[in-house]
Amino acid sequence: MAAKGTGFSWFRFVVMVLGGLVLLFIVAPLLGMFIHTPLSDVAHTATESEVTNSVWLTIWVSMAATVVFAIAAIPFAYFLARNNFPLKKVVLGIIDLPVVIPHSAAGIALLGIISKQSVIGGMFSSLGIELVGTRVAIAMAMAFVSIPFLINAAREGFAMVPEKLEKTALTLGASPFQVFFTISLPLAWRSVVSGLVLMFARGMSEFGAVIIVAYHPMVAPILIFERFNQFGLKYARPVTVIFIVISLLVFIALRLIANKKIKND
Amino acid sequence: MIELQSISKKFGDFALENINFEVDEGEYFMLLGPSGAGKSMLLEIIAGLVKPDSGAVWLNGNDITDMPTRKRKFGLVFQEFTVFPHMSVFDNIAYPLKRLRYSRSELNSRVAELAKQFSIEKLLSRFPENLSGGEKQRMVLARTLACKPKLLLLDEPLSSVDVQLSMELRSLLRSINAQGQTIIHVTHDYEEAISLATRVAVINAGKIEQMGSARDVFQNPKSEFIARFTGVHNFFPVQLKASGNHGLYIAQLNSDINFYCYADKIAKVGYVCFSENAVVLSVNEPNQSTVNVFRGVIKEIIPQRFGFEVMVDIGTRVVSHITWEAMERLGIVEGVEIWISFKASAVRFISSVD
Repeated sequence: MAAKGTGFSWFRFVVMVLGGLVLLFIVAPLLGMFIHTPLSDVAHTATESEVTNSVWLTIWVSMAATVVFAIAAIPFAYFLARNNFPLKKVVLGIIDLPVVIPHSAAGIALLGIISKQSVIGGMFSSLGIELVGTRVAIAMAMAFVSIPFLINAAREGFAMVPEKLEKTALTLGASPFQVFFTISLPLAWRSVVSGLVLMFARGMSEFGAVIIVAYHPMVAPILIFERFNQFGLKYARPVTVIFIVISLLVFIALRLIANKKIKND
Repeated sequence: MIELQSISKKFGDFALENINFEVDEGEYFMLLGPSGAGKSMLLEIIAGLVKPDSGAVWLNGNDITDMPTRKRKFGLVFQEFTVFPHMSVFDNIAYPLKRLRYSRSELNSRVAELAKQFSIEKLLSRFPENLSGGEKQRMVLARTLACKPKLLLLDEPLSSVDVQLSMELRSLLRSINAQGQTIIHVTHDYEEAISLATRVAVINAGKIEQMGSARDVFQNPKSEFIARFTGVHNFFPVQLKASGNHGLYIAQLNSDINFYCYADKIAKVGYVCFSENAVVLSVNEPNQSTVNVFRGVIKEIIPQRFGFEVMVDIGTRVVSHITWEAMERLGIVEGVEIWISFKASAVRFISSVD
C-alpha cells in the first residue's frame, strides 16, 4: 500500500512495527523448529514406516472426508445462499457450532453416537462393523470439525452469483440441475475450492476430536503428540517438520490445480 | 396468443392486483410504468420464474400457469447484461442450443448465422469481459433468439445503455418484431413506448390503469397519474416534411395544422410532443421569435396545484400551463379567442419507423 502524501507518519510506523511483531510471532516458532531439527534426523524419520503411514493416512482420510461430505454440503450451501426461511439464523448457528465448541468435546459427542452402546454404533455393530478406532471414525471426526469452513465459503460464493444469470439460464431451456452445474457452480468455483481446501486442511490438522474416537490408526497430529509424550521435544520435531512440509506441498499443489481449472473454464 | 387472467401476486408490502391482458401474435406490447409498479414481477410471472398467488397464464388456449420456465420457450432479457462471464461469446450463444441436442455441425452453423445477424461474428472466441455494452446486449439478444422463442420478454433492455446505443437497439428490436416476433417489453420511458409499441398498457401500483394504442393512451390519458407520468398532453401523430431550412422540419398533423420542429434525421412518420409549459398564451397576436403561432378558442380551464391548465382548440386540442398570476393578468375565461405560441425547439419528434 502506498503512503498517502509524503513524509514520515508516526501512525504508519506504529502500525508497521505491530504488524511485524505479529508476523514474527507466527514465523519464529516455525523457523526455530526447522533450524533446530538436523536434516539427518528428518531424513531418518522420513524412512520410518510408522511416520510415512501416518502422514499418508492423515492426507487421504481427510481428503475422503472432504469429498464425501462435499457431495451433500455444496448443494446445501447453495440452498442456504438462495433461500430465506424461518429459523434460517438457527440453521446457520448450528453450522457454526463445531467451530465454537472445544474439539475434545466434539469428539466426546461424536463418540456418543458411534460407540457400540449407542443407537447408530449399535446398528453398525450388529452388522459386524465397528466404527470406533477406524478410518471411518477418523473421517467423521475430521468432517465434524471442518465442515463449517466448506459450507460457509461455498455459501458466500453462491450468494455472489447474480440470481438473474440463473433465471436467464432457466428461460434458455436449462433445468434447475443444469443451471446449477453450468452456471452457479462454475461461477462460485473459486469460493467452493477455497472451502474444500480449508476443510481438507482443517481436517488434516485435527487432533482433539480424532484422538477420542480413534487413537489408532494414528494420524500425524496424534503421532506427533505421542512422540512428544514418550520421547520428548527432540523426537517430536522431525515428524512435525515432515508433516508441515508435506501439508504445505499438498496445499500448494491443490491451489495450482484449482487456479488452472479456473483459467481453463 | 398469450393471455393473463386476473393475475394477483403479493410481495412484501406491494401487490399486483387482478392483471388482465392479451397479446396477439406479432404484437409489440409495451408495459409502461414507474419503477416499483410491478412490471418486472409481471414479466417473471409470464416467464414462469415466479408463481402468481391467483390467476392464470394462457398460451394459445393452454393453461401454462404451472408449466416450468424451461418448457415455456419464452426468451427473457434483463436490464443488466446477463452474460455468462465464464463462457465465450460462442458458448453463450450456443447455451440454449446445447439443451436441444443439436449436432455439432448444426450448432456451429446456427451460432454462425445468429452471430452474423447481430454483427458479432468476429467476437465469437472472446469472453464477455472484453465486449462493449452494445456488443454484450447484442450477444444476449442473439442467445435469447437462438431457440426461436414463442414470446420475447424484455425487462428495461434499453435503460442501462447510452442514447446512441439505445437508438441502435430500438432499431434492432423493431426489425426483430417486424420478422414476426411477439414481444412484451417493460419500460418506464414513454418515449420508448411511443417509438416501439403497437399497444401500450400503463401500469401503476400493481394495477393496469389504461391500455390501448400509444396514440390512444397519450392523447387521452384516462387518469391524472397517466397524464402526469407520461408528461405529455400535447402529443400528436404527424408526417414529417422538410421545411427548406436546415434541420427544421414541418410536422403535418392534417391539411390545416403544421408544427415546426427540429429532428436529427428525416423519418416520414412519427409523433411530436411538447410540454404544456412551453406553450405561451397571449391575448394579442404575438410578435416574437417563435415559429409556431396559432389562433384558437379556450375550451376549458382546469385549476391545478400550481396555476391552471388551459385547453385551447386550434383545430386540435393543445394544453398550456399558466401560473395564477398570468391568469389574473390575462383575464381569460372559457370561450374567448386566444393566441398560442411555442418554439420549434420545444417540440420533440419521436420516429416510429426507421
